[in-house]
Amino acid sequence: MCTLGCLAGQPLKSLETAARIVAADCPDCQLPGSIKGSQAILRGMPADVDALVLSNDRLSEAYNVVKLAAPAIAAAVRPGQFVMVREDHAGAPLLRRPFSVFEILRDAAGEPTGFSLLNKQVGVVTRALYALEPGAHLQCLGPLGQPFSVAAPSGAAWMVAGGVGLAPFATLAEALRAQGTPATLFYGGRSVRDLYYAGWFERLGVRVVLATEDGSRGEAGLITAPLQRELAALPAATELMIHACGPTGMMRAVAQLAQALGRSTEVSLEPVMGCGLGGCYSCVVPVRTGPQAAASQLVRSCLHGPVFPGDRVVWNELAPAH
Amino acid sequence: MLNAIGLQGIGVRRFIDERLPPLRDQRAVVIVNICGTTVHEYAELARILSDAPGVAALELNISCPNIKEGGITFGCSLQGAHDVVAAVRRATPLPVIPKLTPNVTDVASFARAAEEAGADAVSLVNTFLAMAIDVETRRPRLSNVFGGLSGPAIRPIAVRMVYECRQAVRIPIMGMGGIMTADDVVEFLIAGADAVQVGTANFVDPFIWPKLLDGLTAYLARHGHGAVRDIVGTVEIPDRSATTAPQRIST
Ligand SMILES: Cc1cc2nc3c(=O)[nH]c(=O)nc-3n(C[C@H](O)[C@H](O)[C@H](O)COP(=O)(O)OP(=O)(O)OC[C@H]3O[C@@H](n4cnc5c(N)ncnc54)[C@H](O)[C@@H]3O)c2cc1C
Ligand SMILES: Cc1cc2nc3c(=O)[nH]c(=O)nc-3n(C[C@H](O)[C@H](O)[C@H](O)COP(=O)(O)O)c2cc1C
Ligand code: FES
Repeated sequence: MCTLGCLAGQPLKSLETAARIVAADCPDCQLPGSIKGSQAILRGMPADVDALVLSNDRLSEAYNVVKLAAPAIAAAVRPGQFVMVREDHAGAPLLRRPFSVFEILRDAAGEPTGFSLLNKQVGVVTRALYALEPGAHLQCLGPLGQPFSVAAPSGAAWMVAGGVGLAPFATLAEALRAQGTPATLFYGGRSVRDLYYAGWFERLGVRVVLATEDGSRGEAGLITAPLQRELAALPAATELMIHACGPTGMMRAVAQLAQALGRSTEVSLEPVMGCGLGGCYSCVVPVRTGPQAAASQLVRSCLHGPVFPGDRVVWNELAPAH
Repeated sequence: MLNAIGLQGIGVRRFIDERLPPLRDQRAVVIVNICGTTVHEYAELARILSDAPGVAALELNISCPNIKEGGITFGCSLQGAHDVVAAVRRATPLPVIPKLTPNVTDVASFARAAEEAGADAVSLVNTFLAMAIDVETRRPRLSNVFGGLSGPAIRPIAVRMVYECRQAVRIPIMGMGGIMTADDVVEFLIAGADAVQVGTANFVDPFIWPKLLDGLTAYLARHGHGAVRDIVGTVEIPDRSATTAPQRIST
């Protein structure tokens, strides 16, 4: 039987798998006969959607929210997963960039029709995303990566976001609230200009705790201060999962605070990603081989992350700057 | 794409234990790309892999710009390239395919050295040593300062090098460097490659393979060819003495 055909039902998780299928030593699959197998290769792969830009809401001089039509991705995405994005025109950078799926867009019947990106300008592609006009297209590959675990309804879930690190929490908050898990969002930024969508989370029934470094909204200082107070006050019997996404320093502080009190964390790391598919090894992060293990290994965060248990990350070996 | 990713192989033992069995199960043709810091290490790797069932051939990476020792230091000296290939040749019955670096003045002489040392084929090109600077901070974009350049930016240079090697050796050539479309594949074949590899394009478009295969098949059909080998090395270089027209620009 044709190898391409044989594998038709199997999900392809990475380029490695795709490569071994194309290279299959099968008399039926050699050129030019292999073409019949193309469709088999595609099954189980993430969707590559030429997504129509529905709107671009510029929240400030740095932040914007782009809404995209992409039902295939919207229907498949789980909390904390990401897409690899590229503008498909001459002059656009070659490599795609990773972005968390922010809101899921739905039609009147509740069917997923697309999703939005929460974007912060830092360079070439993020500037282009800020400038997008409705009617343009964005090539989106996804959903990719390991999702957040969704805490049991009986426990509590806390989300800790710094700036644009809010992005993966919209899908998580929806999943938590849909099953009735009490959820809290600790949300910090430099100033009020870095905090958006607090009302969106409140409308879902999420308790929101805010902090800004300049005191322009919420508590003055770092978001880890109220987090630490509430952690200390929480009854030991209350089950809790803490999720964090934001600057590395913030995630590290959250992981260490929680670990000191025996609480579990999940952090969503944001290393540079060249492909998002396990092919290039640009995204490796040092992760301990077991919960208490001294030994660590480099793993690809696009495949094994971006979400990792906070106590597994070897923080002082993580590349700086992100 | 400019990368300083280095070689993140899991080691030959783990490769044989963990990666090879599933590939074997899928009946994949596995060409293992190996890199060492000494001639002895290359030969040792070749010996170990020769005993592992399911390895079809060895590609010798004597051209990685991202590691300080070994690799490219062999690829940049004719004697070094010859010694590595000869040592691996003695160590294994498997086909030996040295992979050449483009960071030399005359790549064809390296292909010839490889052929003389007993290589069964050569592959080229690896990445070009390159550098990019963030003009705001005036710092190199890569912490390694230099990295390896791949992707469409290098394709015309890679095509030229494949063409030069085709003139220099009789062994098969595996061509690569910036292939993004089926026309790019065809270009390498016409320049003299017997087969091609695709690297960077996979990172941009994981669906590139079926597209390349479709396009290549369509090209062969359009030109009435039954097999890929019919177009290998078929570039037609016009007789220059006969042309007086000014050279055009090719983009
Ligand atoms: C899983 C994941 C999810 C992400 N989700 C979002 C999101 O929802 N919204 C969002 O705005 N951003 C998100 N990011 C970060 C985003 O991918 C980068 O900001 C983007 O790749 C920068 O591309 P650029 O072309 O604008 O920058 P470039 O022009 O390529 O680089 C400009 C500067 O930004 C720095 N930079 C590049 N990549 C990163 C990075 N990953 N983190 C921090 N600095 C970087 C470069 O070092 C350089 O100094 C996410 C990253 C990951 C890995
Ligand atoms: C991220 C990355 C990793 C690579 N790793 C290797 C390697 O381990 N061994 C090797 O011989 N070449 C390696 N290369 C070089 C490629 O195999 C190829 O020769 C080169 O990138 C040109 O082809 P391309 O433009 O299609 O990518 C690597 C290239 C990239 C971009
Ligand atoms: S981004 Fe390429 S391997 Fe993870």
